Amino acid sequence: MTDILLSVRNLRVVFPHRHGDLVPIDDISFNVKKGEIIGFVGESGAGKSMTGAAIMGLIDDPGIIESGEIWLGDVRIDQLDAKRLIKIRGKRIGMIFQDPLTSLNPLKTIGDQLVETILAHLPVNADQAKRRALIGLEEVGIDSGRFNAFPHEFSGGMRQRVVIALALAAEPELIIADEPTTALDVSVQAQVLELLKKLCRERNASVMLITHDMGVIAETTDRVAVLYAGRLAEIGNTASLLSSPRHPYTRGLIASTPSVEHGDISTHLYQIEGSMPRLDALPTGCSFHPRCQDALPRCRLRQPEVINESVACFLYE
Amino acid sequence: MSEHEFIRIDRLSQRFDLSDPWIARLISRRPKQFLNAVDNVSFNIEKGKTYALVGESGSGKSTIALMAVGLLRPTGGSVLIDGHNLYDRTQSQLEHRRTRRRLQMVFQSPYASLNPRWRVGNILAEPLRVFSLTDSQSAERRRVHELLEQVGLSQSDAHRFPHEFSGGQRQRISIARALASRPEFIVCDEPTSALDVSVQAQVLNLLKRLQNDLGLTYLFITHDLAVVRVMAHRIGVLKSGRLIEEESTQSLIESPQSEYTKMLIRSAPRISRGTTGISFT
Amino acid sequence: MSKGNSLMNRFYKSDFFYDFRKSPVTIVSFVVVLALILLAVFADLIAPTDPFDAKSLNLFNGFTPPMEPNAFTGETFTLGTDDQGRDLLSAIIFGLRVSLFVGLTAVILAMVLGVSLGLLAGYRGGWVDSVIMRAADIQVTFPSILIAMLIFGIARGLLPPDLRDELAITVLIIAIGLSEWVPFARTVRGTTMVEKEKEYVKAARLIGLSGRQIMLRHILPNVLSPVLVIATITLALAIIAEATLSFLGVGAPPTEPSLGTLIRIGQDFLFSGEWWILLFPAATLLALALSVNLLGDWLRDTLNPRLK
Repeated sequence: MTDILLSVRNLRVVFPHRHGDLVPIDDISFNVKKGEIIGFVGESGAGKSMTGAAIMGLIDDPGIIESGEIWLGDVRIDQLDAKRLIKIRGKRIGMIFQDPLTSLNPLKTIGDQLVETILAHLPVNADQAKRRALIGLEEVGIDSGRFNAFPHEFSGGMRQRVVIALALAAEPELIIADEPTTALDVSVQAQVLELLKKLCRERNASVMLITHDMGVIAETTDRVAVLYAGRLAEIGNTASLLSSPRHPYTRGLIASTPSVEHGDISTHLYQIEGSMPRLDALPTGCSFHPRCQDALPRCRLRQPEVINESVACFLYE
Repeated sequence: MSEHEFIRIDRLSQRFDLSDPWIARLISRRPKQFLNAVDNVSFNIEKGKTYALVGESGSGKSTIALMAVGLLRPTGGSVLIDGHNLYDRTQSQLEHRRTRRRLQMVFQSPYASLNPRWRVGNILAEPLRVFSLTDSQSAERRRVHELLEQVGLSQSDAHRFPHEFSGGQRQRISIARALASRPEFIVCDEPTSALDVSVQAQVLNLLKRLQNDLGLTYLFITHDLAVVRVMAHRIGVLKSGRLIEEESTQSLIESPQSEYTKMLIRSAPRISRGTTGISFT
Repeated sequence: MSKGNSLMNRFYKSDFFYDFRKSPVTIVSFVVVLALILLAVFADLIAPTDPFDAKSLNLFNGFTPPMEPNAFTGETFTLGTDDQGRDLLSAIIFGLRVSLFVGLTAVILAMVLGVSLGLLAGYRGGWVDSVIMRAADIQVTFPSILIAMLIFGIARGLLPPDLRDELAITVLIIAIGLSEWVPFARTVRGTTMVEKEKEYVKAARLIGLSGRQIMLRHILPNVLSPVLVIATITLALAIIAEATLSFLGVGAPPTEPSLGTLIRIGQDFLFSGEWWILLFPAATLLALALSVNLLGDWLRDTLNPRLK
């Protein structure tokens, strides 16, 4: 148990609504080990961002965590009051969001923002904080001369590096990155991911990388969890999951992703028919069965549970 | 002009004037400032084929898309559709309208490309009405149903509003709208960038099928080299407004010439680095 | 179109109607406004007397307190009479009609003017936008009552004396309407500027629609929802503006008194003991303006885009 940093058990998030409650996360369980980079992949509406939000205690009203437990080390964090939650968020968990423009305060220099974060979470004085901030900027590849620059003076990729520096400033144990490179150009994306990987490995910090891009998963993560309609479809070691995916959805997802390495104009991309069901129109039984080519009769009746900590599908029971 | 050269982009340029207003310039004595968003770009597209313009943000690809379809007047160069200059000021209204009917566009955002207050049936019928393509209400209705079926939607969807559909379905509606006036040339501006991967596959397959069935010519704008590989016959690489390399798809990807192209190909994320990929055909 | 998706059906099931049902204040306001509008519309049928028929007036009826028989004639009036023997209840009902008519028409004028200018400014941009917005900025620096008085005064000066009373209502409507167009224009301009960048507008330009066609067919339906809220709040302002102008003596003519006129008349007699001549018209005005304002507030809150 000692090498598990984050433990999520039977998490269920509900948005009460007068026309019928919406359940964006329905019974998800997983562990994040210390120092590992785990990816959360799924399409829009699968619940991957919501999972990150639940862990950080940032679910929008009127959503609530209806049941389940979230443990960070030996502290339970899903039911904390606001004061204690603020201490955890930022200090033990760092966050990186998709849009660097709105993640940074446009009115403060990046240096000030770094120093402010450091002072809020670490027992250091102003001078020490400034020194740490300068080191932090260097680590993400930003010239220390730009300490007093404002966010709008940087390009998208550079801003995201500042955001990474900010997230790591308080020396967190866990980083939750929600689509950190989606808004960036491809050439910059690779650099930013490399940077994130390197810095986290150096600090032995764990990373939850939330994305819809299988390519990003392949190149950055150790393990990956595939989400579909609020539930875990498959979870496992990245290399083996990508080379021999087991859940029909994972298979379909990988097969429908075009690759720059093969194919030509005559290639007909594999397509999974239909689309992910809306939260207010979930099918009975396994949420994927209407789109599944290998569906069995019992897939219509019950939801499959995750077995052997790897896949939730009746084909493997 | 060769007989297959259907679309000709000839030394196309777009220079944006970013200068301060003249009073401010008088006081501060600053010279006028311009941005060459598109700088002397030339390429041709054969009838029935797909030409992809690949570039990162700021490369000018969206600006070229707007110019190619008549929405933005170029500051230099010309756009020729089957020999007709799209921006010829001397042509008559009628000629201009006739040329405009042959062009269409599919946009990137499934959320902003359909008027949220209009029903889908009316959205599809609008080009029919503007170009007077049907002569009765029932003929119009029939054509609208035909378009919906062509993109894999059902007749009853005509009564619905855009917000009742998913992103992928909305893109299909956009494609149906683009097909309404029976165009010959469609500019696809990052049509799948905002879609999930499995939905992207559906829309790309649809676009390819339509090209085969209807003989459409595409200018396909994207930043995604993997998509380009399965969609385009030829690729042009744009950087800072200039076309730096142009080749058939296979040649460009397998033996890129410029450093920039090589970098783009290298940076494209791959599912199977080092391991064998999955083949599902 | 199937019945399930019909307009009435969609309305009953909508979140809009649900929010309405849940708010007692709003229901009461709506009922009050509806009742007052019905009173005004059917004034001829409901009012017990015609207060402007000089022949039916009996000066001896003057200053009768509410619900008490008159010392001379023995007639009883529900809300009492004024100095000329006019039944106050009837006068209020007809005055309500004038107030509401002026208020509503002025708002419609302000709305049409403001929305058109807003669309134009937002879509065309450039110098058109600058001119319209500077005009708006200049107008807004003056209190709208002063502007209304200014327009009213100019119009009165231009008109020949015999037409002044006849056209007083029209001039009043124009004056108030012209003083209230700015909030409409500014809001619509903002939304127009956002909508015109959206791709459905590009799609419309692609098939060759003119600017006017795009503004009216595509953009207008998308900028209207805040307009409804502004219209309701402006209605309350217009009603009060009219009452103020009439109170000051520069509004409704004595031949067609509005609630404001009645309040002015009542004010003269307040301290000599005939309190009802002031109280009842004032209470009616208060009820009207307050209810319209509350409805407007609720509309603004409920039409706000909410989560999920």
